Amino acid sequence: MISFTGVTKRYPDGTVAVDHLDLEIAAGRITVLVGPSGCGKTTTLRMINRMVEATEGTITVDGRNVADIDPPTLRRGIGYVIQQAGLFPHRTIVDNIATVPDLLGQDKKRSRRTARELMARVGLDPALATRYPAQLSGGQQQRVGVARALAADPPILLMDEPFSAVDPIVRASLQDEFLRLQDELEKTIVFVTHDIDEAVKLGHRIAVFQVGGTLAQYSTPDELLAAPANDFVRDFLGGDKGIRRLRFTQELDAEPGAGTEAADR
Amino acid sequence: MIPLVTEGEPLVRWDWIGRNLGEIGSLLADHVLMSVVPILVGLAAALPIGLACARWRRIYPPVLGVTNALYALPAIAVFIMLIPFTGIGSRTTVMIPLALYTLSVLVPSVVDGLAAVPDHVRQSAVAIGFGPVRRLVRVELPIAVPVVMAGLRVATVSNISLVSVGALIGVGGLGDLFTDGFNRDFPTPIVVGIVLTIALALVADGLLLALQRLLTPWARAGARDARASRARLASPERTAP
Repeated sequence: MISFTGVTKRYPDGTVAVDHLDLEIAAGRITVLVGPSGCGKTTTLRMINRMVEATEGTITVDGRNVADIDPPTLRRGIGYVIQQAGLFPHRTIVDNIATVPDLLGQDKKRSRRTARELMARVGLDPALATRYPAQLSGGQQQRVGVARALAADPPILLMDEPFSAVDPIVRASLQDEFLRLQDELEKTIVFVTHDIDEAVKLGHRIAVFQVGGTLAQYSTPDELLAAPANDFVRDFLGGDKGIRRLRFTQELDAEPGAGTEAADR
Repeated sequence: MIPLVTEGEPLVRWDWIGRNLGEIGSLLADHVLMSVVPILVGLAAALPIGLACARWRRIYPPVLGVTNALYALPAIAVFIMLIPFTGIGSRTTVMIPLALYTLSVLVPSVVDGLAAVPDHVRQSAVAIGFGPVRRLVRVELPIAVPVVMAGLRVATVSNISLVSVGALIGVGGLGDLFTDGFNRDFPTPIVVGIVLTIALALVADGLLLALQRLLTPWARAGARDARASRARLASPERTAP
């Protein structure tokens, strides 16, 4: 479990990105942080692995205050996936995936074997193992990003708009496979997006942030759609029309076999 | 104007080359030494300076001003200024300004090379748990290699050409062939000097290119793939299953 207690991030110029945040993120579930740009959702995510240092308050991961853990050590224990995948262009796909095991000083042969198994698991042709990132499509690169985040089998995954840079069809298939993978792995996932459709589709719990870095609502997707906490949330969901549409797609997604089966190449 | 090629005198007298092969070889060796050492020294100095400029961007403009000013200094003027300290005919006299020129070319290359590392790559390196030093050595510098190598190739070729000027202060190198030929109104050594200088520059550039390909197989893989997909776009019917 990850918990935020009275967390504030204030920049030296006085801007407050996150304002007195209290948030409990359940273990083994997908928690989505959603909101417009500048609402502090990415800052919140980055405070978990200390990419951003909190100004006030405490963040604990399984009871340990993250401020007490050396940042590189903390980060190696938390998977991280970002929008453009952030793959290392000078390393092959297997080497990219095995980055964290390498940093942890694990046996190279074993980590390469694990990397190849992970490729299959995230839906990548193992023949791509010795290619370089520039030789892969955007969707494939994103899968490599997910495999890399999983390589050291961390209990927590932080995902910062991981599927935003690919086209809608590829995005839908990445989302479906991500949900399937999560059913097997049961990681604690914190997922940032600005896309409410994605939030409703993926989240067990959704934290809606509003500009100024405060939490407008924190609930399950059903509760969110049934009872928006305030006008901001209602507007963000697209008003009554938007809520009806979101409910409709939610029901579609809930039907078995409704996932988009599209190849992303 | 003194005619370099006099009536009845051939441009190249092969017998002269044959008789002076040993001497030519030793001048060539001197030339290589005086070009390569400054490149290594310049590179060794440019790396920390470039890293510092990339880290603290505010010091980059003044540093760039100084290195540009150094580059603008005429080589011969620097030689003459250095002679009281290093002595006439000393190789150090030639190698100091060449190292400074190399430095001037390479500092911007190192800064630009590091700036070419995409931000999402740097961010993900941090997020994955690379400490600052490992990130630099394992991620940022390798990605900067193509840009740094481009600068290194320019500096190398320019050094090989500039070493010749050292002949004017009597340090040897292929430049001696120019002064010798000019003093004796005898074109053969001049032609030999020019040909060897160009050949040396081409060989050095080729070696650096080979080194770059060895160090950055990924850069070519990406380019090859981009070309292949352009070709696919141009003729889609060929890739139809």
